[in-house]
Amino acid sequence: MNFVFRKKRLTGLLAIVPANERSFLDDMRSFNSSESRSIKLKEMMGYDKHRVVEEGICVSDLAVFGMEYAFTKGLLKPDDFDALILVTQSPDHFMPPTSNIIQGRLKLKRDLFCLDINQGCAGFLIALMQAFLLLDQESISKVVVINADVISRKTSTRDRNSYPLIGDAASIALVERDSNDSVIYGNLKMDGSRNEALMIPAGGFRMPSTLETGVLQDVGDNNLRANDHLRMDGSAVFNFVQVEVPPMIESLLSFAGETMASVDLFLCHQPNRFMLQKLADKMKLPHEKMPMNVVERFGNSSGVTIPVTIALNLQGTLPEEGLQVCLAGFGVGLTWSSMLMRFRRLSFCELIDFPNREVT
Amino acid sequence: MKRVAEILKGIRPEFDFTTSNDFIGDGMLDSFDMVLLVSALDKAFSVSIDGVEIIPENFKNFRTIEALLRKHGVQA
Repeated sequence: MNFVFRKKRLTGLLAIVPANERSFLDDMRSFNSSESRSIKLKEMMGYDKHRVVEEGICVSDLAVFGMEYAFTKGLLKPDDFDALILVTQSPDHFMPPTSNIIQGRLKLKRDLFCLDINQGCAGFLIALMQAFLLLDQESISKVVVINADVISRKTSTRDRNSYPLIGDAASIALVERDSNDSVIYGNLKMDGSRNEALMIPAGGFRMPSTLETGVLQDVGDNNLRANDHLRMDGSAVFNFVQVEVPPMIESLLSFAGETMASVDLFLCHQPNRFMLQKLADKMKLPHEKMPMNVVERFGNSSGVTIPVTIALNLQGTLPEEGLQVCLAGFGVGLTWSSMLMRFRRLSFCELIDFPNREVT
Repeated sequence: MKRVAEILKGIRPEFDFTTSNDFIGDGMLDSFDMVLLVSALDKAFSVSIDGVEIIPENFKNFRTIEALLRKHGVQA
């Protein structure tokens, strides 16, 4: 499915990562994995450091911290936006929507369109699409898009295929109308028949959390995981990305009348370096056109890796004439989406730490 | 076959791969190991295994790995 959005642009971006840092090698030492194998995995996959929230920290905590930072620094004004979209897979509660909680904690105006979207690795793009659609309303001139997840809290610390690579993060993007004749192209595909490839089985109404769903089970090779935890079919997801993403991006570029060569940067979801290298090879792209430096610093924070990639690689470096960028997200759902736009200078583009609690 | 066996041994030295016809089903290789194996095969045989070929079926046993390498012009 293709989309065209006219006269819209991203004008600011703030990424927030927990200060609490863990090391892949330290984590792997607690598993039945040899040091040499762990080092090879670190080199191949790019796993090194990852940031996870401390116990008890929720999505709204990251979001409120980031918004208050933006208000304090004058990056955003509390009454200056008319919609707040939150995309997350780890809401504070089933009800009410976490976007309403954020609104309440920040004492934002009542004339505010708050919306939660349950999406993962492609969630940032889907939330941008919703923001662009809302901006067609006269009553909405600016939209704040928050993408945040604390999936480490739903990941078994005894699952070496998940915990050592998971990351938590949040981002706040400001989206508004553009006085220039800008055009943003997007596309999106979904395949719910493969929904079990990335899943937290228990905790909803289909399989409520019970004492039983919290019991760790040996899922092979001494990996222990419960039904309350994230389950990832690594091979199936890897194959899905390699099969579906290159034609999706080719189709987007064809739709937009552009070519691979005319795109300056491909800013993709960051599951691991190996997957991105194979993706770049498949698309015959030089690796430097596809930044792959996020998972090694912060871990895989689902869809938030895209805004983190933007903040990490583009803060203070966007040229006056801008850059033609292709964003791509792929994963949970399964869902895959890409978007082509010109990034011009952003009014703010920062990456900040969410501080650890003071230890008394 | 000998070089592939050496590569597998380097990845998971605790297993005897010659006794298995299903490395993945028998729990000798997981998805991380498949990545290490692909990377090692790429390097050892100067090939570039396509991302879409990185599926469990291609790494089930020596026969399937050799078939994959043959597709890349390698007689392992």
